[in-house]
Amino acid sequence: MARIAILSYIKRDSLVHELTGRTKLLFFIAWSVAAMVTYDTRVLTCMLLISIVIFKISKVRVRDISFVLGLAAIFLIMNNLFVYLFSPEYGVGLYESRTVLVTIAGPYTITAQQLFYHLNMTMKVICVVPVALLFIACTDPSEFAASLASIGVSYRIGYAVSLALRYIPDVQREYHNISQAQQARGIDLSGKDKLFTRMKNSVAILLPLVLSSLNRIETVSNAMELRGFGRNKKRTWYTLRKMQKNDWIVVAFVVAILIIDMVVTFWDGSRYFNPFV
Amino acid sequence: MKKLSVKTVVAIGIGAALFFVLGKISIPTPVPNTYISLQYAIQAVFATLFGPIAGLLIGFIGHTLIDATSYGPWWSWIIASACAGLIIGLGTLTMNFNDGLDAKKLLRFNIAQIVAHLLSWGIIAPCLDILIYSEPVEKLFAQGLMAGAANIVTTGVVGTLLLVAYAETIVKRGSLNKEED
Repeated sequence: MARIAILSYIKRDSLVHELTGRTKLLFFIAWSVAAMVTYDTRVLTCMLLISIVIFKISKVRVRDISFVLGLAAIFLIMNNLFVYLFSPEYGVGLYESRTVLVTIAGPYTITAQQLFYHLNMTMKVICVVPVALLFIACTDPSEFAASLASIGVSYRIGYAVSLALRYIPDVQREYHNISQAQQARGIDLSGKDKLFTRMKNSVAILLPLVLSSLNRIETVSNAMELRGFGRNKKRTWYTLRKMQKNDWIVVAFVVAILIIDMVVTFWDGSRYFNPFV
Repeated sequence: MKKLSVKTVVAIGIGAALFFVLGKISIPTPVPNTYISLQYAIQAVFATLFGPIAGLLIGFIGHTLIDATSYGPWWSWIIASACAGLIIGLGTLTMNFNDGLDAKKLLRFNIAQIVAHLLSWGIIAPCLDILIYSEPVEKLFAQGLMAGAANIVTTGVVGTLLLVAYAETIVKRGSLNKEED
């Protein structure tokens, strides 16, 4: 098993990178809330366009994140397929009209409403993808805990998140080592063995991993306790930066988007933009 | 809320790292596009050892990291993961391994995890999905129950085996005997 490709921080010199972690965290949260709330095609189109513009500004290249985009595409295709297989007439109910375009077989027809529903559903996911990816790719992990604490999350939780980010590479390396060692002893996790055997085999890898993690927890928490972690109510962060003019502009911008999003979506009393009636 | 102890903070951090790494490794099953999610076995074990808040946050942080590094967060499932950890932690709250592990404790662990996964994937995840993404109800419940069943089997087999093996590494109370001469 080779190293798993995982999206991580990509250092570039851009406006997006210059923003403080706090701004990016707020933007990311507000953006995903906005996308969750709305089903309005007009709002979703605007959000999609804006997110593409932000992606351009960030100077992160499509090549840097292409493997992630591939995963997202597979996920979206599967999801759309399942929705269609389970209820091919869902859009018809939602938009209260029926325009048949093609009849395939039995209940499976393609209606304009169903296609429109799929378009909206897909856009809802897609318009978050660039922002989420940029959030990971443009935020220095060491700044992340500081930004969590600065928006009011308890610093203990912020610290837990930064520990997680810190130990992911270590755990990964350890998993790799253990699984190589166990494979050398003939333990197989691939599709060649029976399912139950595979599960049992996975314990042979997980148990050393869990035990060594418990040891690590012991060591790290002792070290932290010795340094007086958790003694005070508050904690300062070396990486915390002051909000600049640009930060405030971005925060104001995303709040405005959130408000417009709510207003446009619920103005006519329905979450859906219906061009059919 | 009681303040988190230093040990719980570290357990959450490293538990979330484990959750993340295992979530990125896929072990295929005969059903296409379905994988054994070993991370839930680890989450259950950590929730049992370190309590409900640890279970909750390991699920939340770990799942958010998995999603954010692949295709953007799918919040309804992230919340369901967090709830699973919380419920398992609550169900096994007073479990103590110092006096060994017996069938009763294993049964309790398994009841807790079955209830947790049924509630999380059978009810919480689909309901949030209906609210947020407005997908067809039948599809969501079918998907949720599939995922729930897979997680129950994984946690039941792998989680139980891990707990048994872990309990054996703990020196039991009164395990030293005076040597007769």
